[in-house]
Amino acid sequence: MPEYTYKKLTGEDIAALQAIINDDSRVLFGPALSEDYGHDELGGIFSLPDVVIRPKTTEEVSAIMKYAFENTIPVTPRGAGTGLVGSAVPLEHGILLDTTLMNHILELDEENLTVTVEPGVLLMDLASFVEENDLFYPPDPGEKSATIGGNISTNAGGMRAVKYGVTRDFVRGLEVVLPNGDVVEFGGKVVKNSSGYDLKDLIIGAEGTLGMVTKATLKLLPLPKKAISLLVPFPTLKMAIETVPVIIKSKHIPTAIEFMQREVIEDAEQYLGKQFPDKQSNAYLLLKFDGNTKEDIEKDYDAVARLCLEQGAVDVLISDTEEREDSIWKARGAFLEAIKGSTTAMDEVDMVVPRNRVNTMVEFLHALQDDVDIRIKCFGHAGDGNLHAYFLKDDLSDEEWEKRLNEGMEKVYEKAYELQGQVSGEHGIGYAKKVYLKQSMPQDSMSLMNGIKAVFDPKNILNPHKIAQA
Amino acid sequence: MKILVCIKQVPESNKVEVDPVTGVIKRDGAASKMNPYDLYALETAFRIREQLGGSVHVISMGPPQAKEVIREAYAMGADSGTLVSDRAFGGADVLATSYTLSQGIKAAGDFDLILCGKQTTDGDTAQVGSEIAECLHIPSVANVVELREVTDKTITVAMDLPDEVEIARVTLPCLLAVDKDIFMPRLPSYVRKCASANREIRILSLKDMDDQNPDHYGLNGSPTQVQRIFPPDVSHDQETWNEPADILADRLSEKLAELRFI
Repeated sequence: MPEYTYKKLTGEDIAALQAIINDDSRVLFGPALSEDYGHDELGGIFSLPDVVIRPKTTEEVSAIMKYAFENTIPVTPRGAGTGLVGSAVPLEHGILLDTTLMNHILELDEENLTVTVEPGVLLMDLASFVEENDLFYPPDPGEKSATIGGNISTNAGGMRAVKYGVTRDFVRGLEVVLPNGDVVEFGGKVVKNSSGYDLKDLIIGAEGTLGMVTKATLKLLPLPKKAISLLVPFPTLKMAIETVPVIIKSKHIPTAIEFMQREVIEDAEQYLGKQFPDKQSNAYLLLKFDGNTKEDIEKDYDAVARLCLEQGAVDVLISDTEEREDSIWKARGAFLEAIKGSTTAMDEVDMVVPRNRVNTMVEFLHALQDDVDIRIKCFGHAGDGNLHAYFLKDDLSDEEWEKRLNEGMEKVYEKAYELQGQVSGEHGIGYAKKVYLKQSMPQDSMSLMNGIKAVFDPKNILNPHKIAQA
Repeated sequence: MKILVCIKQVPESNKVEVDPVTGVIKRDGAASKMNPYDLYALETAFRIREQLGGSVHVISMGPPQAKEVIREAYAMGADSGTLVSDRAFGGADVLATSYTLSQGIKAAGDFDLILCGKQTTDGDTAQVGSEIAECLHIPSVANVVELREVTDKTITVAMDLPDEVEIARVTLPCLLAVDKDIFMPRLPSYVRKCASANREIRILSLKDMDDQNPDHYGLNGSPTQVQRIFPPDVSHDQETWNEPADILADRLSEKLAELRFI
């Protein structure tokens, strides 16, 4: 890690920050600092900040940024800490800005179909708020207790991406505090926008390296009244995955297309203490359809069900009630935690490949287990090519784990590159995946990214050492 | 073994609207589904059929659109189905419903085993199963949480009583009302749904019954007088605790105990 020169926080600085916030319970340092602020969910790194500040307003964020800018103190934004690549870990210590108290839903604009929220609003709270109003915020990342600010910062995706797209497709406008403390607005409630470079789109996915999001205006859709899922058992995973491009080609686009194998399902059964409704096969596709009436959805899924059978599916099972949806999707939602519970430590790969290359990648991952002698579990979004593969430590020694993990990761990312894929589909780069980004990106692209960073943040105080930075 | 499963069509949402004037549950236009508890009874029947062979029949009572749940049972694997349906059966309380179903069961055939769900999600009385057994003069066990042994002559079950689990061996024919989670119900199959699309559903009306006295059915046969139906109070009380994890864990377990959840 190259050394940047920052001012080390002093007692005076803390006093100055306390004066800005004027509420000591929201300025945490010393023994009041929880260990949790030193890591995220799965970054594999630990580094505590000198001080955690929990702002409540844009003005507070702006005043703190201004102070940090004038004094060259590093600042790292953090939401709920559910990230998977170490993005919210303050590698240079300094100030950590915890957004979780900025958790208000500010406005529901039913005429423009937008909702304006503070960055600390949790995804699950936003989803239930808009649904109560018969509206729908489609991005659906697995981690429902993540903040919207975090979702925007990683351009989070989720299962509904197949039909609706990702977080980026639903951000209309952002209020951003720049590293010098200035408050700017990018985008707005407008549906179309061709007014110069899209700075809003630069902030989305920037993992808090360019500016700090303090308000977001999100696009909403009318809430589909009904959803039906099809659980489709196939004799082999290969047959299951090879059916996906055929479904996409049929133009009856489901909301979600997931693939899963029996071993992961069994982990989830054990973790939840609840049986899965079907066990006849080793490999499954899980498709979801939404619409306004059962009849409309049936028309759509009928064609896809026939297609699956033509492709060799054993059967097509219908989940059309809340209880049935629960029995399937609760298991799907528990996969990550269930796999975590089945081993001592793990690391993940979140690469994305073109949809028609998913099977090649899955077969490669399967073979890789023997190749590097490490257990790998895999499930994911077959419909959008975003695969999640988990490397499991089990009872390997730390040294051996590190060695095999690195070897395995290298090979996976190399393969993803060969298949014209990208390093991250939805979790981001942060700190953990920097090496792989560098390996897969042309030098020109890396230089452009760092150039953009330098324009936004000339003193390099905002979340340093992340994404494209050394 | 010849198994019969009693199933019912209920409103899809548990947010049922009650007509404020008449106090009657509004069913018109509301989407419907099979009573979720009945799915466990159906699954139990399929498991026994897999083990001992035989057939699974379903019976339901309701308006003509209740055929939908019989079709759904076909898609899950039921062999045949009967709908007990007649205007004369409308407005039945628990007693009249049980009597009507028992008459329907007699007309539908001879069965070794009758299975019911624990209760329905709309009526919630959990009494119809036992009352059918009374009308048919056969033994019954409610709250069955486990099948221990099934033979051609007897069935051994575990039943969940408030303070203990009792094991009972019952002679066939008998009726069991099974509890939730006895088995995870299978999903309806598209392949079976297509294959059974034209399968017959037998309709039984008053004239098919052994007892054709209209006074024993529907509103006339119902001694229950409903005073008032109202939706239960819903509470949205929330408490927020902000303390270290070890203290929170203790507080949480105390609170759950206080609420008698544990």
